[in-house]
Amino acid sequence: MKIALKNVILFNPDQKLNKKSNLLITDGIISKIGSLNSEDLKNCQVFEFNDKYCVPGLFDMHVHLREPGREDEETVVTGCNAAAKGGFTGIACMPNTEPAIDSAEIVSFIKQKAKDHLVDVYPVAAATMGRKGETLSPMSELVEAGAVAFTDDGVAIKTARILKTALEYSKMFDTPIIEHCEDESLAGGAMNEGLNSTLLGLPPIPSVAEDLIVSRDILMAEYTGGKVHIAHISTKNAVELVRQAKAKGINITAEVTPHHFHMTDDAVQTYNTNTKMNPPLRTSKDVEAIIEGLKDGTIDCIASDHAPHSLEEKEMEFEYSPNGILGLETQLGLALTELYHKHILSFEQLIEKLSINPRKILKLKVPKFEIGEKANFTIIDTDEVWSVDIKKFKSISKNSPFHNRLLKGKAIAVINNSLFFLNEKFHSI
Amino acid sequence: MSLSSRHLLGMQGVSRNDIQLILDTAITFKEVLERPIKRVPTLQGKTVVNLFYENSTRTRISFELAEKRLSADAVNFSVSTSSVSKGESFKDTIKNIEAMKVDMIVVRHAAAGVPHYLTQISDSNVINAGDGIHEHPTQALLDMYSIRERLGKLDGVKVCIVGDIAHSRVALSNIFGLKTMGADVSVCGPSTMIPKQMDELGVKVIHNIDEAIQENDVLNVLRIQLERKAREYFPSIREYHKYFGITEDRLAKNGKDIVILHPGPINRGVEISSEVADGPSQIILNQVTNGVAVRMAVLYLLGTQN
Repeated sequence: MKIALKNVILFNPDQKLNKKSNLLITDGIISKIGSLNSEDLKNCQVFEFNDKYCVPGLFDMHVHLREPGREDEETVVTGCNAAAKGGFTGIACMPNTEPAIDSAEIVSFIKQKAKDHLVDVYPVAAATMGRKGETLSPMSELVEAGAVAFTDDGVAIKTARILKTALEYSKMFDTPIIEHCEDESLAGGAMNEGLNSTLLGLPPIPSVAEDLIVSRDILMAEYTGGKVHIAHISTKNAVELVRQAKAKGINITAEVTPHHFHMTDDAVQTYNTNTKMNPPLRTSKDVEAIIEGLKDGTIDCIASDHAPHSLEEKEMEFEYSPNGILGLETQLGLALTELYHKHILSFEQLIEKLSINPRKILKLKVPKFEIGEKANFTIIDTDEVWSVDIKKFKSISKNSPFHNRLLKGKAIAVINNSLFFLNEKFHSI
Repeated sequence: MSLSSRHLLGMQGVSRNDIQLILDTAITFKEVLERPIKRVPTLQGKTVVNLFYENSTRTRISFELAEKRLSADAVNFSVSTSSVSKGESFKDTIKNIEAMKVDMIVVRHAAAGVPHYLTQISDSNVINAGDGIHEHPTQALLDMYSIRERLGKLDGVKVCIVGDIAHSRVALSNIFGLKTMGADVSVCGPSTMIPKQMDELGVKVIHNIDEAIQENDVLNVLRIQLERKAREYFPSIREYHKYFGITEDRLAKNGKDIVILHPGPINRGVEISSEVADGPSQIILNQVTNGVAVRMAVLYLLGTQN
């Protein structure tokens, strides 16, 4: 089957490509780039895109699918549907499932569930059995089954000793250890420690809880030569620590979530449980440092930390409510609105952080605009203004603080695995 | 005159006029409490639910008496006797209670923000009777009432709150209320028990109890909550008592008239010595009496709004 995408701006920083063109895709493979003749267009479905950007498929490297364990909140398939709608053709899913992703069987189970989907799913496996921080997970088997990284996710790897072992062992596969940086003895609060936690009477999580583990992990990455990726960075000091570590040539990368790059703990003032996340929303000083870190490349990528929770888990007392919000369907809109349209990041930087860098961190192939390459890309309208409506989310869960928020820019189509997602529907191509 | 809010969720943001109105109204109700028949028909036909998710003796009895003396129908709900132990969610509990047509809900809960959340899922007037380590507004009101009763004013009065400021709902409510009323507020305690942001609230921090006594007209001595995690924040009760305990010797040494408040229950020999707790400076039992009058004022003012 053939489709033609007319008048798209092919944009790929990795290929230094930024040019208006047309694409012909045959059976999911790019068969022609440039002007299309009548022969090309015979038996071909033509889509006119009027100069919209076409970029390598976006990739979210921090997604919580709730399968296995909490299929009432999200399944592999509904998470993938949400990803497609949000403009993503690939996601990495975190191992805090029940049971945890600590065996090849569970990696295969998830891959199997995602097999026929447009969105590629790459499981991140637990670094230790049951994420308990005691015994190393079967890393070789996990990698063989398709795991792309390791993490104890939700918590940092418990001890320096097991972290050292995990970093040394995972060096064999050159896969990163993704760290949720939070000192266990300082954890357990409900929001950032500061004036707002004092005023709201909520148990605090000090920012130093993050800084301590970022420091530990940087030192351990340097010592072992292993690769550490800092998940959802949220503090000023952590950004500075990563910047210094990179300057020293230490193997370290970092991601930030949309909520951490534009929201502060002022948002908690109404005790809205959709402002409860871990790491918690921090202060304007932290947000400023994160913006600087995004600009100068200290922060490599943007990831959603998509964390579905059922309504009954979020409709409760703030302190007792679980952490986390949805992200897949609002991430691109927030990044365009808060970073691109506010001239913080160029479109090129934005695409690097939403597509190219996360793939490189996980050693995945970056899609290219070349004849014979698989069509794996996202078409973006940077200027369409739209209102977030949780009722229209593809996710089963609806826990988003962005309901009714006006955003500028969204994905209008994604293509991958011979499937085309356009106008809310998947089409075989 | 009426209050500008339908609820009393905390002292943060409550105006000087509203506080003044509550304190002045409480004077009338205190007079009612002195009568042989301590009852007025003001809230006849109104139903008030006392929703206590956390243990409390004095606050619950104080509210209950206040409600009964206003002729409201008072219903008590406490966790041990409720369906919470059967796994019912907070929201469902509230919806069920509301379906029984209540007018006001007095709530105490271990989690901060629950009274705010309650206003979102209920149409009743909500009174916060203590939420986690956040606020306890009626305690602050009765403290202010008691100080004003003793000293004749709040404006310019120097009040120091002594103890675990960081984990006290009484402290935060007192700070907001007293500052709004023009008092000069400071806090005194071990540095581990004082939030770093006190200066941003315009509150002076003192770590020397003698200095606190010398510089202030009133000490509001908080209970050291031995049952909570408070014990992590200082080395020993002995050391706390030695450096922050209010004793007769200490008051005598600083040779000064001072008014001593305590929200109770008292740990004798920890934050306050028995001599001081029973001595001439303290107004601890006046606070308890005033608590009923102040709560009557709050219930009356909220319950008779349109």
